[in-house]
Parts: sequence; C-alpha cells; structure tokens
Amino acid sequence: MSFEQVERHYGNVVAVDGVDCDVQRGSFVALVGASGSGKSTLLKMVNTLETPSAGRVLFAGENVEDMRAARLRRRIGYVFQGIGLFPHFAVGENIAIGPRLAGESLPAKRIAELLELVELDPEMARRMPDELSGGQRQRVGVARALAGDPELLLMDEPFGALDPITRDALGETVRELHDTLGLNTIMVTHDMAEALLLADRVLVMDAGKVVADEKPRELLDGKGGEIAQNLVSVPRQQAEKLARLKNGGAPT
Amino acid sequence: MNGIGEILLGLDDKFAAHVILAASAIALGLLVALPLAVWASRSVNVARIALGFASLVQTIPALALLALFFPILLSLRAVFGEDLPTLGFLPALLALALYALLPILRNAVTAQANLDPGVLEAADGVGMTGWQKLRLVEAPLAAPFIMAGIRTASVWTIGAATLATTIGQPSLGDPIFAGLQTQNWALVLAGCIASAGLALVADALLGLVERGFANRNRWQYGVGVLAVALGVGSALVYQFGGDDEDAVVIGSKQFSEGYILARLIGERLENAGYQVEYRDGLGSAIVHSALASSDIDISVDYTGTIWANTLERSDNPGREAMYETIVEWERENTGIRVLGKLGFENAYAFAMRSDRARELNAASLEDLAPVAPQLTVGGDPEFFERPEWYAVRETYGLRFDEARSFSPTFMYNALRSGEADVIGAYSSDGRIAADRLVVLDDPREALPSYDAMIMLSPRIADEEGVVAALEPLIGAIDVEEMREANYAVDREDAGKLTPTQAARKLADAIGLPAS
Repeated sequence: MSFEQVERHYGNVVAVDGVDCDVQRGSFVALVGASGSGKSTLLKMVNTLETPSAGRVLFAGENVEDMRAARLRRRIGYVFQGIGLFPHFAVGENIAIGPRLAGESLPAKRIAELLELVELDPEMARRMPDELSGGQRQRVGVARALAGDPELLLMDEPFGALDPITRDALGETVRELHDTLGLNTIMVTHDMAEALLLADRVLVMDAGKVVADEKPRELLDGKGGEIAQNLVSVPRQQAEKLARLKNGGAPT
Repeated sequence: MNGIGEILLGLDDKFAAHVILAASAIALGLLVALPLAVWASRSVNVARIALGFASLVQTIPALALLALFFPILLSLRAVFGEDLPTLGFLPALLALALYALLPILRNAVTAQANLDPGVLEAADGVGMTGWQKLRLVEAPLAAPFIMAGIRTASVWTIGAATLATTIGQPSLGDPIFAGLQTQNWALVLAGCIASAGLALVADALLGLVERGFANRNRWQYGVGVLAVALGVGSALVYQFGGDDEDAVVIGSKQFSEGYILARLIGERLENAGYQVEYRDGLGSAIVHSALASSDIDISVDYTGTIWANTLERSDNPGREAMYETIVEWERENTGIRVLGKLGFENAYAFAMRSDRARELNAASLEDLAPVAPQLTVGGDPEFFERPEWYAVRETYGLRFDEARSFSPTFMYNALRSGEADVIGAYSSDGRIAADRLVVLDDPREALPSYDAMIMLSPRIADEEGVVAALEPLIGAIDVEEMREANYAVDREDAGKLTPTQAARKLADAIGLPAS
C-alpha cells in the first residue's frame, strides 16, 4: 500500500502535509511523533475513518476512497487505544463481529483459536467485556482485528492505556503474531522505545510531514536528523542512567 | 365520600378509552421521536431545532394545546375534506403525542451523545454500515435511556389525557370534571385514583422493561412488554368489542344543569329502547360544533349563547324573535334541529348578597353605577368576553374596580366570602335562592334572553323515536323546578344528590314517569 501526496486540513490547521510513502508487504512499520504530529490522522486515512483533503491512499493498488468503506474495513484489522469492545456482546461475539457483518458465522473452534493466539483462556469467550482487565480487553481487541484474516493490521496507540508490564507483554505477542501469520502491520505510537523494539521500519512525523524514514538500527546509529534523534535520545539516556545506577553511580 | 369503589367500578369504559388514548399518543410520539433522534444524532442543527421545538411545545399549557387543535383541524378541513374530525380522539391524540415528544426525544438524543466514542469508532473500524451500526450498537446501547424517556412520557401523557374530556374525548377526566362542577368530591377522587393508578402501573411495567434492557435480561423486558401489550390489547377489545355504533351521544357543558338535563334526556331515551352515551364536561364553544358534525347527537343549549357565539350577533330583538331566528338559521346552515324550548331561562343575571345590596341601596343595575368603582365583579371565565357584559357595561356606564374570573362553582363562594361584591350569576341557579341573593333588575333590557332548548344533530334530526321520547320535555320545566334540581346537586350538605338522582327527582316533579 502507498500514500501519494496525502494532505489533510481542518480549516486552517494542516494535520497531514504532503506524505509520500510505500509500505511493502510483510513489513512492520511504526509511525512515531509527538502529539499533534499527524500520525493518527495519516493512519486513519487508510481505513477511511479520515479522508484526505488532497492526494490519495492506495490499498492493493486501488484508491481506498473508490472502495465501499464497510467492505474495505473488513479487510483491514483495526486496534486502537480506546479498544471499543461492544459492551453488550460477549467476548466471543465481539471477536466474531467482522465475519458476522459479512454474513458468515465464526465457528466456536476458531474463536477459541484466536483467544489462544492472543494468550487468553478460550473459556473467556462467554464472558462480558466488563469482567475483563484492561490488558485482557485489548488482547480481545487484537483477536477481533485478526478474526477476518486481514491483509493489513492498523494499530493506533494500541498499548497506550495499559500498564508497562502488560504493555510489554502485549507488544511481544503482537510482534510474534506479525511474524507467524505473515501480517502487514502499521502501528502509531509516541513511544520511540516501543517503535525501535517492535518495528522493522520507523517513520518519524513532525507537523504533518514525514521527517525520517529509517530502520531501528540506523536510528540508533544517529541517522534520521535532529527531530528523530531527539526522540531516540529519550530511551537511550534512560538506559544509560539505569546502567550507571546499576554500577553504583549517581543517575545523573 | 362513600361509594368511591362503586364509582371506580363504573369507570370501566372511561378507563379503556383513557388507556387507548394514552397508548396511541405515546406510540405516535415514538414513531416521530425515534427517527428524529437518529437524524439528530447525525446533524447538530437537526438536534437543536428538534429539541427546541419539543421544548417550546412543552411550555404551552396542556389544556391550551388540546384546545388549539380544534381551529387547526377545522382549517385543515379545506385540505382533507369535511369528514376530518375536529373534536374527540384525533385532536386529543395529536396534542398528547406532541407532548410525549420531548422526554422521548431528549433522552434518545442524550443517550446517543453519551455513547462511548471508542465503541462507535470500533463499530466503524470493524466495517459496519450505517444501518448495522444503528441496529447492532447504537440502538441496543441507547435502549435503557430511551425507555426511561418513554416512562416519563407515559406518566405525563396519562395525567394530561384527563384534559381530553374538554374537547369531547371520553377519558378519566370525565368524572374529574363532572365532580368538580357538581362538587361531588367522590367522583373527582375516583377519577384521580384511576388515572394515578394507571400511571403507576404503566411506570412500574415500563420500569421493568427499562431494567431488562439495562441488564440485558430478556425475561425482565419480555414480561414488561407482554404486560403492557396485554393491557392495551384488552382495552382495545373492550372499546371496540361491543357494538354501540347506534348509541345516541348526549353532550353536556361543564355545569350542574348540563349534567342533570343530559341524564333526564338520557333516561327517557333509554326507556324508549335507545343505547345512550354521555359526553360530559365539553367546553362551551365546542358543544355546538360537535353537534353540527354529529360527533354528539343531543345537547341542551341556550338562545343567548347561540345568538352571540354562533350567529355572532350582538343586537337584542326580543325573546321570541331570537328563538325563531335561531331555529331557522340552524335548519338552513347546520342541519341541527331545534326540538323546542324546555320552558325555563338560564340567563346571566347580576346578583349580590342581600346585606351588601341593602348597604349600597342597590336594587337594579342603574343603582350600581355610582358605587361600582369601589366594587369587585366576579364572573365565569367566559363571562368577561361576552357581548352581554359589554352591553351591560355600556348601557349602565358601569366601571368596576376589578373583574375576577371564577369557575361557576367557586363564584358563589367568592360572593359569600366577600372576594366579589357582585357576580354574573345564572337565573336558574339554585344557589340564588339558597344563599338568599338579590338579583339586580335590568330596566333597560341590556341582558338578552337565555331560553334552554333541546337541539338534535343532523344525524338524528328526523329520528321519530327520539323526537317522540323527548317531546314531553318541551315547555315542561319551569325555572323554580330547575333551580331546585340544580341546588340539589350543588349543595354540600347531606341533601346533596348526584345528577342522575336529581334528574329522576326533576322527572317526578314535572310529572313524567321516573324510570
């Protein structure tokens, strides 16, 4: 899939300011940037929750705006910070919603399989969402996104509301799923460490533009320019401070 | 106060009519409010306009809203033809449905606005179409709040539906209005108990449905919905199961004499083998139109009322000429048949307490003119708008300090307590004699005559049996007998009679077989 000269304006405010970029099949791309840098807006233009003011977004060679929105979205898994489990559906019904909308019913065996993929007890299918912890809910959110065998997985700050331990564990689960299922994943995050550890490729956004497009290794080697390096310096300095602390020195 | 239970048992037909009216109004309100709420959730402007309109409607007093539908429907006859009913069920339904709109709409719009934005984003994200999103997510999540709105609307509507009596729709307001006019508090209480009880039951059942939606408990809302459906269903069966198409409908205005004469007429017709329905407590302006459209079949009206309100005349050609003109006019213009005069007059007459009259040395309206600026005049709500009030004022140059409106019943109490010095009373009113009031002379004949007449709707104008049954009443009742009957109903001591009892006594007094 690719972005071609994509722009998005809200009145006088420019959220996305001319983005050109291709995403290869099988890659795990992280979109990193400060709040308001336009990364979420760019992501949502893929499944048409936002529409470009100019330019176009191609998915499997087709302009997404020419496709029926509901049908397009069923081909794309979507996980976001708000999770958005339907509170009146049981966990199993939440997972099966995509296929149900397409007129198919997801077999219980497949629901159990999906729950196991996200490391949950298959028995949970009968529980209601409000009986689950935040981390369990987002695991269900991931299972729901994967239920329709999507060609693309979009994640918008997927672990933003979770505690650090849950966050770390779920990040690893998602990365493993990406590899074993051969997914194509784009993840928005403001946490550079998370991006560096999970993604194959990191796009850094600032004021609506992509200011860096590097592999994690290259960013750690100092490439990508000043804005990208400012973001990389945060986890790096934290790691250095922790190392000094461990060796008996003062953190600063 | 005894006999409330008995009265309650006799309210079955009013109860059924009340249930059907309230349920229909809420159903119509829902039919309008729900699509409007969906639309409002997609457009801020629609939400603002719809809620603004519904709130505006709510500020109109229910009684006025009901009354307003009469002229509205009357003007709509130009579009829908003469068969469009202007009284009864249709205007009551429309007014109450408008009233039910606000709580349903407001709750539905609020519920939509308060849905978790994450859930709505997820609905879009998983690929729901607009319709799927509404059906699978928005509607089920908003349902408990919408149910709460329907509950509020139901309680309001059941209460407000009692006012439908005034526009000719039978309801539990019938006993309340009749009781208020005849000071029969058991009747008022029975109407209130029945309507409040109905509201409580509806509230409890809809509350069950609401909790069922909130807890996603099919059993709870199933039982609630079933009970409501059974209640409305049995009211429908009761209302339309019996065949009383041919019943003769007797209408009466909201005062004791109207109720008594309606019973007197009704009992004679029942003896002659007719089925009779009473439509009590109609607004004065509405009775004539209802009769002309055959919504009611028989009414007792007064020459002076028809002269001023219907013929819109303010001259005074004298008693006989006025009557003849009305008979002729009705035959030519409305098809109403004036069967004849009952024999007594119920004219407006100015009355004072005798001690006050002595004190002011007032025996006629002429004597009143110099002292009027220190006096308060009381009248029924219609009185101060009527041409005879203007006529009297102009003829005698009367300028009162203050003019106050009272319901006819309370007008006499006001005179007794001194809140009014002189009242526009009615000449057949029993309380004139009972309170030993002085009726002021009218030497310049400013007040027109008010002969009571039996009037028949075009539908039964030529019904031989009805005419034969009622002819013995023509010219049979003199004012003394009418006063006595009226007083029997209006008095508050042990001698108090119901309108039916008073009607039988009156029949006896004028030499007709009682039953």
